[in-house]
Amino acid sequence: MKELRDNIAAGKIKSTAATETVFESIKKYEPIVGAYISTFEKSALDKAAEIDTKIASGKKVGALAGVPVAIKDNMCTTFGTTTCASKILENFHSPYNAAVVEKLLAADAVIVGKANMDEFAMGSSTETSALKKTVNPWDTSRVPGGSSGGSAVAVTAEMCFAALGSDTGGSIRLPASFCGVVGLKPTYGRVSRYGLVAYGSSLDQIGPITRTVTDCALMMNVIAGYDPADSTSVDEKIAPVPDYLEKLDEPPGKLKIAVAPRLNAGADKDVQNALADALNVYKKLGAEIIEIDMPHLDYAIAAYYIIATAEASSNLARYDGVHYGHRTANPADYIEVYTKSRAEGFGKEVKRRIMLGTYALSSGYYDAYYLKALKVRNLIRGDFVNAFEKCDCIMMPVAPTTAFKIGEKIDDPLTMYLSDIYTIAVNLAGVPAISIPCGFDRNNLPIGLQIIMPAFSEDKLLRIAKMYESQTDWHKRKSPIISV
Amino acid sequence: MDKKIDRTEVIKVAKLARLQLTDAEIEEFTGQLSAILGYVAKMNELDTADVQPLAHCLPISNVLREDIIKESLGTEKTLANAPQRDGNFFKVPKILEESNG
Amino acid sequence: MSNLDYKILIGLEIHVQLCTKSKMFCGCALSFGEAPNSRVCPVCMGMPGVLPVMNKQAYEYAVLTALALNCKIAEFTKWDRKSYYYPDLPKNYQISQYDLPLGSNGFIEIPLESGETKKIRIRRTHLEEDAGKNLHSAGNFSQVDLNRAGTPLLEIVTEPDMNSAAEVRQLAEELQRIVRYLGVSEADMQKGHMRFEPNVNLIITRGGSEFKTPIAEIKNLNSFRALEKSIDYEIHRQLDEFLETGKTMEMGNKTTRGWDDVKEETVLQREKEEAHDYRYFPDPDLVPVEIKEDRLREIAACLCELPLKKQMRYITEYKLTAYDAGVLTAERSTAEFFEQAVAAGGEPKRICNLLAQTGLKLANEKGCTVCELGVTPQNLAELTKMASDGEISASAAATIFEKMAQTAQQPRIIAKELNLIQKSDAGELEAIVAQVVTDNPKAVADAREGGKKCEKAKNFLLGQVMQKTKGRANPKVVSDILALKLS
Repeated sequence: MKELRDNIAAGKIKSTAATETVFESIKKYEPIVGAYISTFEKSALDKAAEIDTKIASGKKVGALAGVPVAIKDNMCTTFGTTTCASKILENFHSPYNAAVVEKLLAADAVIVGKANMDEFAMGSSTETSALKKTVNPWDTSRVPGGSSGGSAVAVTAEMCFAALGSDTGGSIRLPASFCGVVGLKPTYGRVSRYGLVAYGSSLDQIGPITRTVTDCALMMNVIAGYDPADSTSVDEKIAPVPDYLEKLDEPPGKLKIAVAPRLNAGADKDVQNALADALNVYKKLGAEIIEIDMPHLDYAIAAYYIIATAEASSNLARYDGVHYGHRTANPADYIEVYTKSRAEGFGKEVKRRIMLGTYALSSGYYDAYYLKALKVRNLIRGDFVNAFEKCDCIMMPVAPTTAFKIGEKIDDPLTMYLSDIYTIAVNLAGVPAISIPCGFDRNNLPIGLQIIMPAFSEDKLLRIAKMYESQTDWHKRKSPIISV
Repeated sequence: MDKKIDRTEVIKVAKLARLQLTDAEIEEFTGQLSAILGYVAKMNELDTADVQPLAHCLPISNVLREDIIKESLGTEKTLANAPQRDGNFFKVPKILEESNG
Repeated sequence: MSNLDYKILIGLEIHVQLCTKSKMFCGCALSFGEAPNSRVCPVCMGMPGVLPVMNKQAYEYAVLTALALNCKIAEFTKWDRKSYYYPDLPKNYQISQYDLPLGSNGFIEIPLESGETKKIRIRRTHLEEDAGKNLHSAGNFSQVDLNRAGTPLLEIVTEPDMNSAAEVRQLAEELQRIVRYLGVSEADMQKGHMRFEPNVNLIITRGGSEFKTPIAEIKNLNSFRALEKSIDYEIHRQLDEFLETGKTMEMGNKTTRGWDDVKEETVLQREKEEAHDYRYFPDPDLVPVEIKEDRLREIAACLCELPLKKQMRYITEYKLTAYDAGVLTAERSTAEFFEQAVAAGGEPKRICNLLAQTGLKLANEKGCTVCELGVTPQNLAELTKMASDGEISASAAATIFEKMAQTAQQPRIIAKELNLIQKSDAGELEAIVAQVVTDNPKAVADAREGGKKCEKAKNFLLGQVMQKTKGRANPKVVSDILALKLS
């Protein structure tokens, strides 16, 4: 993508041409993979033409000028709809743009469309979307991962050059890993959440999904930074935003990489082998591998499914059919406006999580569940703090398996939740983590390597990722559906 | 402990969450929520008596903004997504009782 | 029922709307009477994806008020979500404070009719956002206006230390005075800037045993009058109910009753307080506020002398009546004007009278404060000095004051212009008195005689002198001369 950006800026390639190519891909591949809930062909081409003219006349343009990008459909846009893949917001037109969307627009990006996702970001496979079915381009009988499945597929299937996703328990990293692309969850507070439809407020972060680490760094340059409209966004005096591209190709010196063998043992053989191979690459580059344990990570899923659902039950209370969104046709009274609109508008998984969260916060259960989970969270964060005293970064799988079959886990919530076992603790601790392609399994399905770093060290994280990427070419492989 | 949550509690929670559930859904959720809560009970293996709850992972405080007026959306934009409106008001079926707050 | 006695217990929950420029969590302007849904933005209407940012001024006004109420200020305070569903609450949760209110364990002193004061303990003060408004006018539907949603409210909860409706009213009025003095709220009852919810119950002693009636919370009170009347009504209703049913206070049998201003009675709204499960938890979108000693001191420096203290001081220091002291301290601007005039050397009682009678009357007519009339405290002081020295009469002073408000001129100049400088020269007056005495022998005779006709005659003679001097004679001096001449 960066290459494209540079070429467009230099006038070597026209944005219009790139955008047309993207829409040709969409015509070809969308019927197969279904990544987008909505696309904006006309306005995208108009914007592309506008950018080309600007560049031709020597005017200054933004960092993403003319680059076609996709946005997960839980980020508010004044153009098109913002549905969160839910019936309850199917026709919602936001009157404002999310902060990151404003940044993309200011960077002169060309917005291709809004990408499919699990409903309200609740899911690990994009199967809970109420509006669209998305499949994995590497094997169309399998899930793309979730909840940012649409974004990952759009990137893999060349239907955009980069995408934004959101990650609450692994929702960027998991689909990135299942689709063989790069996905970064920044430190909590690094990117503004203003305009990101809230799921788990203390866990949510927006991040880039791209084909290469370089592209990821470029996206971070555009979206990172303090936003006064978000009280949880970090002041740049405390955590300045570096230029993520600046030293990207410089390996960060002698690395100490921590691995947690006890945890890794729970992953599939092929995944474990890919991880071992990746570590060997780092060893050849001079890194030292040390073994650690992170004893409280076993409780991360339990803590997450109380904290995230508690926050979600409150965040989703506003969808009530009164001020916006779906309203039931014939309510008997004003209470039924709520109970029926929500029953009709929300899918099963969303209802389940709202129920769970409501229960965890309810009178008599708050201490046993919610308060307990917040304490466990503190212990989990402690595991990361301890680990980082001994190492530069932690490496582990992104998921215990590669992409599973559609329908395989959807009927058993708990089984589905356990897919997040390697990603979820990272959100509880608020630290940054990336998924980069590191191999394929026996079924030619992508495997992702997860690298986790201390808070606000995304620049070093990207350099460590780049180190590996420059020694391998997993990221260059194309999925079977891509016709040459 | 068999059922972590029973049918009566599920109905109570659904009411708190303003969700109208069918009998089938109540049945299904009772089973699934029980299983999930059973898993979540794992946390009790940890002794957290001396541990502080971590509500915010960032050590920030005192984020306050100056008392400056910003332009409002305007009535049309405010009501643009309203499922039902009455002139410049949002419209709902008659509310008979006083606020619950 | 000679062996029956009862004690009344009343606690009050007050919501004060703070007069910040913008709402608590967004930049929308505060409004009253604006076109519906015209002061709303994505944040205060709870659109998907929005986030709240705390208003600094609202926080500081809240701390200032809590300090004035002698509360302990929490060094560390946080925001909690209070969940319930209602059409005027767009997020279906209210951002409030639960277990760490920003102020606690304070007290407010209220004046009693006896002239003494009473301390009412304040349990807690905390900040929260207001909801919008539901209107139930036309047909079988209700209308929702979100203009008010997100307005900053300070909630104050007292202990049940009040024992009569009159005391509650005193507290309400005193609180209104305090928040206006501090400049944190306009506290206009008509505009809903202050809302009161009393909690009432009785402790009845009968035949040596004590019985507590169930607590009733009263809502829908729109005036001080309604506040007082509803409590008086409720006290009698509870007594009657006890005598009839013997019902006493139990866990969870607190009721909510609405005041009907037309029928003048409280009506049951909710039987068993269906314990609302508000599911409080810390708001993950907002970070805590920590206040350090030095910042607290800075805010405390903005405290002024509180109205009741000032009122008491005027009585003891300036020997003003309780009534007059009350009039002067009703508004901070009046009191400060008074104090400035006193500091400029004026005579306190005279300043008080002029302000209370003339000054405030003019201010009311013009719809402004006494400070805005165009009269300086220095000029007022000068005016009262002239009156004290006998240069002008009291009524002349009032006239001059009015003129000062119109022209902003010096009192002495106005007095000269209007010919109001009294003749106090005894010599000059003596001649005139002598003339009047000579001209009115019958009146003189009557005055000398004493009895019923004496006063009337004296006043007549005095009136004659006043006529001859065109009202400019100093009446006291004339009376003295006359008395001498008559004896």
